[in-house]
Amino acid sequence: MRSDGATGAPVALKVGAGAGLLFMHLPVLLIFVYAFTTEDRTYQWPPPGFTLKWLAVTWNRPDVWEALQLSVKVASISTVVALVLGTLCAAAVSRTAFFGREVISLLVILPIALPGIITGIALRSAFNLADIPFSFWTIVLGHATFCVVVVYNNAVARFRRTAGSLVEASMDLGANGFQTFRYVVLPNIATALLAGGMLAFALSFDEVIVTTFTAGQQATLPIWMLEELVRPRQRPVTNVVAMVVVLVTFVPILAAYYLTQGGGSLRPERQSDRV
Amino acid sequence: MAVDRVDMAVEEGEFFAMLGPSGSGKTTCLRLIAGFEQPSEGAIEIFGEAVAGVPPYRRQVNTVFQDYALFPHLSVTDNVAYGLMIKGVAKSERVQAAEEALEMVRLPGYGSRKPSQLSGGQRQRVALARALVNKPKVLLLDEPLGALDLKLREDMQEELKALQRALGITFIFVTHDQGEALSMADRVAVFNEGRVMQVGTPREVYHKPNTEFVAGFVGSSNVLPETFVEKLTGTAALASLRPETIKVVKKGGHEAEVLGTSFTGAATKLVLRLGDVQLNALVDHEVGDLKAGDKIRVNWTPGSVHLMGGAGG
Amino acid sequence: MADTTVIGAASSGWAGKVSDALWRRPTLFLLLLLAPPALWLGVIYLGSLFALLAQSFFSIDEFSGLIKYELTLKTYRELLIPANLDIIVRTTSMAAAVTLASAIIAFPIAYFAARYARGRWKALFYLGVMLPLWSSYLVKVYAWKLILAKEGILNWLFGKLHLTWVLEALLSVPVIGGNSLSVSYTGTFLVFVYVWLPFMVLPMQAALERVPASYLEASADLGAIPFQTFRNVVFPLALPGIIAGSIFTFSLTLGDYIIPQIIGSSRLFIGQAVYAHQGTAGNIPLAAAFTVVPVVIMGFYLWMAKRKGAFDAL
Repeated sequence: MRSDGATGAPVALKVGAGAGLLFMHLPVLLIFVYAFTTEDRTYQWPPPGFTLKWLAVTWNRPDVWEALQLSVKVASISTVVALVLGTLCAAAVSRTAFFGREVISLLVILPIALPGIITGIALRSAFNLADIPFSFWTIVLGHATFCVVVVYNNAVARFRRTAGSLVEASMDLGANGFQTFRYVVLPNIATALLAGGMLAFALSFDEVIVTTFTAGQQATLPIWMLEELVRPRQRPVTNVVAMVVVLVTFVPILAAYYLTQGGGSLRPERQSDRV
Repeated sequence: MAVDRVDMAVEEGEFFAMLGPSGSGKTTCLRLIAGFEQPSEGAIEIFGEAVAGVPPYRRQVNTVFQDYALFPHLSVTDNVAYGLMIKGVAKSERVQAAEEALEMVRLPGYGSRKPSQLSGGQRQRVALARALVNKPKVLLLDEPLGALDLKLREDMQEELKALQRALGITFIFVTHDQGEALSMADRVAVFNEGRVMQVGTPREVYHKPNTEFVAGFVGSSNVLPETFVEKLTGTAALASLRPETIKVVKKGGHEAEVLGTSFTGAATKLVLRLGDVQLNALVDHEVGDLKAGDKIRVNWTPGSVHLMGGAGG
Repeated sequence: MADTTVIGAASSGWAGKVSDALWRRPTLFLLLLLAPPALWLGVIYLGSLFALLAQSFFSIDEFSGLIKYELTLKTYRELLIPANLDIIVRTTSMAAAVTLASAIIAFPIAYFAARYARGRWKALFYLGVMLPLWSSYLVKVYAWKLILAKEGILNWLFGKLHLTWVLEALLSVPVIGGNSLSVSYTGTFLVFVYVWLPFMVLPMQAALERVPASYLEASADLGAIPFQTFRNVVFPLALPGIIAGSIFTFSLTLGDYIIPQIIGSSRLFIGQAVYAHQGTAGNIPLAAAFTVVPVVIMGFYLWMAKRKGAFDAL
């Protein structure tokens, strides 16, 4: 007799799950085909022929490079701000049960729980009221606000898994608060922060709704793409940019996944089973 | 968990146990000594020095944690050398000290492993080495054997006692296991509901419990009601009577009815009824087969009946 | 012993002194930790939100087009005219339809991943959901622009299978139909479901993973056929996860203005109305009043979800 969990699934369930996964992935894969089509005026399927020409054309487009550069800069700085704010918040929330803890958690989640358009328009009207001109920094301000939650979630989960007695043990062995942070806390939360930072970067790199409200004249890569989507002028270039964006965002997502899954030695050791 | 009006003095170089059920305040007391918690009132002195407001990292007191709290990201050597690293001891020197400490807890050669690669008993030894390598004035142990199985626990009891004797460091040991406390400690403080009920040598708290709680918690003694004690001794007070001091006799003594018997390995446990008093007795197997309903006679030496001062605890 | 003191001189210097001071005042330490995030989110973000909300109680002067800073409910009266109510109803119905469809499509994926996938397969399923969740929103929308185009793959596929008549029949249905898929509600709906589906799968899977297999065995042992087990055991236990996922699908659909702009009919959704009023029309008060609608709907939704215990599944 043989017993194997995976074989026990009903066929209908397998088909449903497989079809669902295909539905989630096939459309994006289609972009990879379109990036190499010879057709440059319509979205014709099947493509009449294939060419590598558009890679070169895109490579030589200064507007794409500028948009990409701006996106990377915005995402980097937003990620740094989110890392600091999110870690502080997670440390405070997981450290002690204090009055208003729930309020803080809610406050952190709110910017992504509410539709992006609300965050966007709220910030835009606040900038207008305060006479702040739109700039690179207004974009960062918006992005950092909704990136905090990603870092926070990762850090809180790790703080919870890390036994509180580790901090006490470090202090017991003579390390003051700063030494404890450097030698015990940081090494234990490092991979969680790295994962949170990667995801925050991906989130910021891709954000379009809030950015349309806080960007003024500058175009991040998603804003550039949005313009192409609304008024297609450069179909082949858009196809290539879309493909590159897919490839580039896969890297931090996969990295974040392996950082939070594979960190076996970084997990707090389990207590003996006989507790 | 709060403690209230805890007043006790631990002698230098002694093996002191804080014994009590969970929630009795013994761990809080330990954390107050270590400095993880601060007293709202009253004073803690270590070797005559007041330590109120002194953070844990300035106290020459080290702790073996209940969950061991080994740093998962550091090797065993780095764990043991952690305190020395913080003190700024040179690398070669602290690695050697760590190796010596590991030898002392009989884990030589384990230095390069990660804590996750060790068994529960080995982790416990590493935690011990990590604390002792700093040569603390006082070593605090929070239920250090709680997570080990019976056989390992008995071995470690012996080892801890030997270590303490060899090093001459004051050990303060928290446990809920009365057998552990009695067999290891020079003196025992029995905790209940945030108070210290009794402090004394294991013999004192065992044979001369001062309250009903201590009598019941340490060695599960029989607590005799006042009326019964008055008949026996002439004094109306609660008294404790250890189950193993009750003997089955041919004549004399008191008539008792057997309510139940159970075989416990080393002895036979009898549940007896004397008039309206129910008693547990531990007797050797020579009494033969008794069964519920049998009428027997039991007796004990007058000295076994220990009058208790505090009526209720 | 040489050193008679038990109070070590470890970590002197400013770091030791600051550390001592913070250790003695844990509340101060907590406040120091909380201050930066609380200031950022509490002052900048919440401040902006409240400023926006406040503007919905002002109104716009019809002649000058400037904002009159007087408290009034005039803007809300304007919000409730039939044309605007249409927008609200249209958006809410779409959000409900998208949520329902996502839940149905997500269930087999989540259930298989939670119950049957092991080891390698489990990781594959997890990444299979995580990658679409995190990959570019615009790229996903763009992909559907390619798919739904008249000359695109879907029309080609229907043509090859000689099923073009099915598509035409669908497009001739009032409300959900239109000239082509890319300008119909059906198109908008498809894209919404596609883009938000991963947000439904993950919380659902988390909830299902917490249903021990022994519950299903117990149910079967007590004589339930698989469908009865699903109805009476699996579904109620998965419900908090479904609700948690629906918070995302519902909220994201309510506030989106890009998808209906790119794929869909010319009739407005709430997001587009907000965008239009704050942008070209310059009617910030009405735009603000429009944003209050999803906030109120989501507030009500979250309150219900909390009562069902959905937050444990997030």
